[in-house]
Amino acid sequence: MNLPAIKAIYVFEMARFFRTILQSIISPVISTSLYFVVFGSAIGSRIDTVDGVSYGAFIVPGLVMLTVLMQSVSNASFGIYFPKFIGTIYELLSAPLSFIEIVIGYVGAAATKSLVIGTIILVTATFFVDLHVEHPVWMIAFLLLTCLSFALLGFILGIWAKSFEQLQLVPMLVITPLVFLGGSFYSIKMLPPAWQTVTLFNPVVYLISGFRWAFFGVADVSLMGSALAILGFFALCLAIVWWIFKTGWRIRS
Amino acid sequence: MAAIVSITDLRKTYAGGFEALKGVSLDIEEGEILALLGPNGAGKTTLISAVCGITTPTSGRITVGGHDVTTEFRAARSLIGLVPQEISLEPFEKVMWTVRFSRGLFGKRRDDAHVEKVLRQLSLWDKRDTQVKALSGGMKRRVLIAKALSHEPRVLFLDEPTAGVDVELRKDMWQMVHGLKQEGVTIILTTHYIEEAEAMADRVGVISRGELLLVERKAELMHRLARKELKIELPTPLRELPASLSRYQLQRSDDGRTLVYTYEANAETSGIGVLLRDLHEAGIAVADVRTHQSSLEDIFVDLVKEDVT
Repeated sequence: MNLPAIKAIYVFEMARFFRTILQSIISPVISTSLYFVVFGSAIGSRIDTVDGVSYGAFIVPGLVMLTVLMQSVSNASFGIYFPKFIGTIYELLSAPLSFIEIVIGYVGAAATKSLVIGTIILVTATFFVDLHVEHPVWMIAFLLLTCLSFALLGFILGIWAKSFEQLQLVPMLVITPLVFLGGSFYSIKMLPPAWQTVTLFNPVVYLISGFRWAFFGVADVSLMGSALAILGFFALCLAIVWWIFKTGWRIRS
Repeated sequence: MAAIVSITDLRKTYAGGFEALKGVSLDIEEGEILALLGPNGAGKTTLISAVCGITTPTSGRITVGGHDVTTEFRAARSLIGLVPQEISLEPFEKVMWTVRFSRGLFGKRRDDAHVEKVLRQLSLWDKRDTQVKALSGGMKRRVLIAKALSHEPRVLFLDEPTAGVDVELRKDMWQMVHGLKQEGVTIILTTHYIEEAEAMADRVGVISRGELLLVERKAELMHRLARKELKIELPTPLRELPASLSRYQLQRSDDGRTLVYTYEANAETSGIGVLLRDLHEAGIAVADVRTHQSSLEDIFVDLVKEDVT
């Protein structure tokens, strides 16, 4: 294992994050605050409670997930797409590295960034609502696994994308709808029965449900279901990344 | 001397069916400077890419320092520094950082003293805190070289190092290459500037259409293939060559004022003496004579032309 290389990639990627620190932190803080104002105060004041949780608090796990998913995907996809785009990928390919070091470096940095942003959002939320976490270990586990899995997904997208347009396409057309329809701002029990069934095919439902359970002890789907979904997704992404490097797909000619 | 890079029957066919390398075998000796000459699209970059791990060969075997580049890629690639043809750099990084990053990628611990040495060698030390995007093209190329040297490679590949580079930098580059050779670094450079090969290389390889036409010591190559020309200026135009001179296969210029006699530079007798005597006997006066030795460029053009026809 080439440890200095992992460190070099990780530090390099984190440096990019800190170079744009204002944009990286202020923008999620502002958007989260806006969500609280609109959903928590304006609309939430007309909704009592969902599953016994005040609406303002109820949306916190969904909001964190929403941002963490988007940030993980966009950071990781950009991180590996940019070297491809400007040609500096030659250095990664000619260095004594296997895919393990490259993935740990890029995905690790992207996951760290979204973890930092997720934490900031949680802290911001405490200014608006009373928050307590019933199962902190599960909460951290869900958060970590989500950051890692979606950073892996972003990495795959970054390798797949042949243009900046394609790079934006999947987050915009796939991830945003899945997250919004995944129960970020509502319990899927509020939906008509037919739509509840459809929703069960949305993997994000399991993530948000499990994450929310860690906070309040209430869930839309079983905890086991959530845990298996996130682990399965993580394993799937790992397998795809492994295949990409084994075949050199879209990297090595 | 032992071969530090050994290439055996290397073939590369791209997905579209284009055969970039058609069975190239080449041993590169430790400490030498090898220039690979060839027209654009001859397969020079593909050859380098295959050794450095950027392209997967279709078949064949490559070892660097005795390590197979596929099965022992870590050991093999640790020995290699690559300066690519295209200027590919992170625009927002500072020079010092990007060079440090390269060293890390190759598994070396941070060593600011070495990085400083490399940057000073390349006259980049004053620019160490400058963002890459603010540098001129020539400076960017120096940064690429600094990155390749950051991890103390034993073998350095320079792919078209002086393409689009001004005269001053070109001279600096040649000097640097000779300096590295003194330190024992093996250098492989591709170029289509013949003067570059002539100035730097110990051996010259010529590639055309995916085949290595020859690899030879530069001096021997020039010795073996060099031809000399004797230009004979005439005071009065000559309409027709007399039959008595036919065995010299002289070329007569259109205005009839110049005759050109070609001969092997290293032949035992040049035949100039008898030619001049025969000219005199044929009643042709001579105003002036000049000789010209063919350069590597002439040799190269001849070789590639032969290959195409």
